Amino acid sequence: MSEYKKPLPELDGLTAEFYGWCKKGELRFQRCLSCNGWRHVPREMCPECASTDWEWQRSSGKGKIFTWTVAERPMHPGFADAAPYAPVVVELEEGVRVLTEMTDCMPSDLVIDMPVEVTFEAVTPEVTLPKFKKS
Amino acid sequence: MMNLKDKACIVGIGETPYVRKPGSGLTQLGLQLLAARRAVDDAGVSLKDVDGLMPFPNLGNAEEFAANLGIENLRFATTVHTGGAAPVASLRIAAMAVCCGAANAVLIPAGWNGYSGSRARQTVSQDVSSLPGGGIARDYYLPFGLTAPPQWYSLMARRHMHDFGTTAEQLGAIAVAMRKHAQLNPNAVMHGKPMTLDDYMASPMITDPYRLFDCCLETDGAAAVLVTTTERARDLGKKPVSIMGVASGQPYPADEITNRKDIFQTGLTIAAPEAFAAAGVKPKDIDFAEIYDCFTFEVLQQLEETGFCERGGGGAFVEGGRIEIGGELPVNTHGGLLSEAHVLGMNHIVEAVKQLRGEAGDRQVAEAELGVVTGWGDFGDGSLAILRN
Repeated sequence: MSEYKKPLPELDGLTAEFYGWCKKGELRFQRCLSCNGWRHVPREMCPECASTDWEWQRSSGKGKIFTWTVAERPMHPGFADAAPYAPVVVELEEGVRVLTEMTDCMPSDLVIDMPVEVTFEAVTPEVTLPKFKKS
Repeated sequence: MMNLKDKACIVGIGETPYVRKPGSGLTQLGLQLLAARRAVDDAGVSLKDVDGLMPFPNLGNAEEFAANLGIENLRFATTVHTGGAAPVASLRIAAMAVCCGAANAVLIPAGWNGYSGSRARQTVSQDVSSLPGGGIARDYYLPFGLTAPPQWYSLMARRHMHDFGTTAEQLGAIAVAMRKHAQLNPNAVMHGKPMTLDDYMASPMITDPYRLFDCCLETDGAAAVLVTTTERARDLGKKPVSIMGVASGQPYPADEITNRKDIFQTGLTIAAPEAFAAAGVKPKDIDFAEIYDCFTFEVLQQLEETGFCERGGGGAFVEGGRIEIGGELPVNTHGGLLSEAHVLGMNHIVEAVKQLRGEAGDRQVAEAELGVVTGWGDFGDGSLAILRN
């Protein structure tokens, strides 16, 4: 197996917890125990109500495409051989959005509001990335 | 609240040549020192009179500038960390500083070897630490290939195209207008290189929907301005350009671009009304606008958020020569970052001053009295100044 060359998240703090759930095959976001608001990316405090009580709650994993771009000219050495590829923003049923990639369609197949669902890709022994497929 | 309307002025401007091949031949600091010295000379003052410095984020520090320029009495030094929104935001801080006596004259330089040094396109990919939420980009964007500014902002551009029917041709109209203006500006890197809408449409995709000609230039060059009080400005040689209103703001959240409730709301959405209220004028009063044009869509978006047109109306607004010299609102009369040079938006302030002094030569906007300059940086930080002669 060739070495994985793309950039990886730094598994520290709340980010380690987020990706830890992904490794178990679960997409979880923080949910405030005071106002029930979902949030992403991870934050220490609820920006809606300032509560610090929260837990990782499981997302349905279902959502729709909010927007995307098609990188034709990669600007990072890790993606030099990947073009064209499409970073995609998915809006989950819970309301939070994630920046991700699709696993089962070409950039030219993308449509705003297209229904999608999460799938997981173990890119290294340590890191599993949440990606999406057509739903 | 204390209103700084017309209490501070831009009294000096300086620029280096703006170049690509073979590069400036100067260091990043050397370029900025040259522009700084020219701004001070232009104001007709001595470097000994300068006691405030506001370097651009991550492109130099005040101590180094002061030591090279012989500024022995440095009393005020700070940097606004809002990327390309920093030069205009710095005008505000400089105005505050001179009006409250923290400094007599504040020098604001910016410049880089964006072509011959570390190319602009590489800076963010290689080092996310200078971004707001650098860790967010590293942990949640880069692993999925979102690594550089044109990619971040094209996410917004596509959504705008979907929501409001904005077209590639409308983005192209912005690129064409900037290029047309550059033909009237001998210091523009794209002077002598005209471009049609067909040329624009035929340019290669960089990050769809952004083509090559939606993207700003990568160039070497520096520019600087000097700010002092209106009272002191009266005794100086050049016609002072008055800072009528200036404000800055940040989107929410400023450190993360995908989870904004309203993704078109940027720092300018907050800054523009504040600056116009302080100045006591309205967008329809403005004679020209120098809009931070890192990419074409950001011009359209800022025209909307500034209130030159309504949200969603930007596409129609930029068509039909309306933003060209001679049109309703000439935009980026120097050619902008798209066709003059990428001098971090400091060249936009310099151009506004030239227009208001009547020094803009072939590209002079007739009877220019009121001009707007904007800044845009990081994940949508914004700033806006209203200047008058």
